[in-house]
Amino acid sequence: MPQEFKKEYKKILEQYTLRQTEHNLYEGQNFSRQLIQKNISPEEVISIHKASLEEIIPDLPANVLHSFDLLIEVMVRYGLALKEHQALIQKQQNFKMEMELASNVQQTLLKTKVPEMQGLDIGMISVPAKEMNGDYTHFLHDEKTVGIAVADVIGKGIPAALCMSMIKYGMDSLDGAETDPIMVLDVINRIVEKSVSDSMFISMFYGTYDTLKSEFTYASAGHEPPLYYCAKSSSFAELQAKGLLLGVIANVEYEQHSIILDKGDFIVMMTDGVTECRSKDGFIEPQAVMDIIESVRDQSAQEMVEFVFHRLEELQEFEQRDDFTLVIFKKV
Amino acid sequence: MNITIELQQEDMQVKGIIKGEIDAFTAPMLRERLAEIDLKENRHVELNLTDVTYMDSTGLGVFVGFYKSVNESDVHVELTGLSSRLKRLFDITGLGDIMDIQTVSEEVKIDETV
Repeated sequence: MPQEFKKEYKKILEQYTLRQTEHNLYEGQNFSRQLIQKNISPEEVISIHKASLEEIIPDLPANVLHSFDLLIEVMVRYGLALKEHQALIQKQQNFKMEMELASNVQQTLLKTKVPEMQGLDIGMISVPAKEMNGDYTHFLHDEKTVGIAVADVIGKGIPAALCMSMIKYGMDSLDGAETDPIMVLDVINRIVEKSVSDSMFISMFYGTYDTLKSEFTYASAGHEPPLYYCAKSSSFAELQAKGLLLGVIANVEYEQHSIILDKGDFIVMMTDGVTECRSKDGFIEPQAVMDIIESVRDQSAQEMVEFVFHRLEELQEFEQRDDFTLVIFKKV
Repeated sequence: MNITIELQQEDMQVKGIIKGEIDAFTAPMLRERLAEIDLKENRHVELNLTDVTYMDSTGLGVFVGFYKSVNESDVHVELTGLSSRLKRLFDITGLGDIMDIQTVSEEVKIDETV
């Protein structure tokens, strides 16, 4: 231990043995911070304490001094535990940096822009539960058609993000927004089935909206069915389309359906981070989610998705368990 | 975050009872235990999920992975005792059509006919 530390410690100890004030105790507290920063082990501190004590109180009984030797021995293991703890903290910080880097790469590579389409108001929100987002949304569009893919990668972390880039490049290789949903899913399924490890699967929903016909055509690969809200009857319905998760087997038949939207109608696409919300009282029921959405149906699509997210965040008491993705297509 | 897994092997059949939550924390443990099942020695695996209180997509991933591996070995696997919430999860993902899944009520019906 550096000389000036020994001197400083002795000074603090002397002050405290003279006057046991809060202030003098506080000095000691402060000093320990410096000791820890300099990696001074617990047993070294006790050694200095013993040496200082001998100088401050000359006629200390021998057995009191001996007791310190025992204490030093006992503290050695504590010192080792402290070193291990500090090494782990350093490791954790390194991981954190790598994660942030990977997350930045993910955001840059996989960024998608919400297109502006005539007669269609689009809102989107996607919030990861941790640093890496396991949900993926991708827009394709031309002047009259917009395609939307919402996918949930089952499996976590960096491999999941790599899986997503496979989806993105798969989609970019297609003929654009007017490709049939069934075709899109089939192509992606084949890519994923060939390349992905046996424990990674993806649920995906794909839909295209033709702004001239106001027609939404869709298909699903094991994904949470979207909700369709009919403004005229003020009611919700599930848009069901049978299809197996991506990546399980190579030949899958997907169902494709279409629906025409009237003014004020909207479609809510999501991942299971929305439907599997839990509060301390249990699962938040689908009807409750629908009520929340309906309560803001007159607002813009973006306002709607943000409101629903914040409301569900509150109900979950700010403990987000899963990646949350919500996309709303509203005919205006 | 708690899970218990009991596996019993008898007469080329494995009967498993899984209780608790299957999520990102417990799924790896379940995957490991299922991987221990000898697919050459057994013809039939039944996994009872009656006391599974929660399962998310990582849990689903374990069952899909297991299904894929038993498929290659020509072993039949069935999942029993699923709550309606769990059944919905398997149905939405399309796994309900390719795997042998039974809910609690369906099991009771089978017992009644016997």
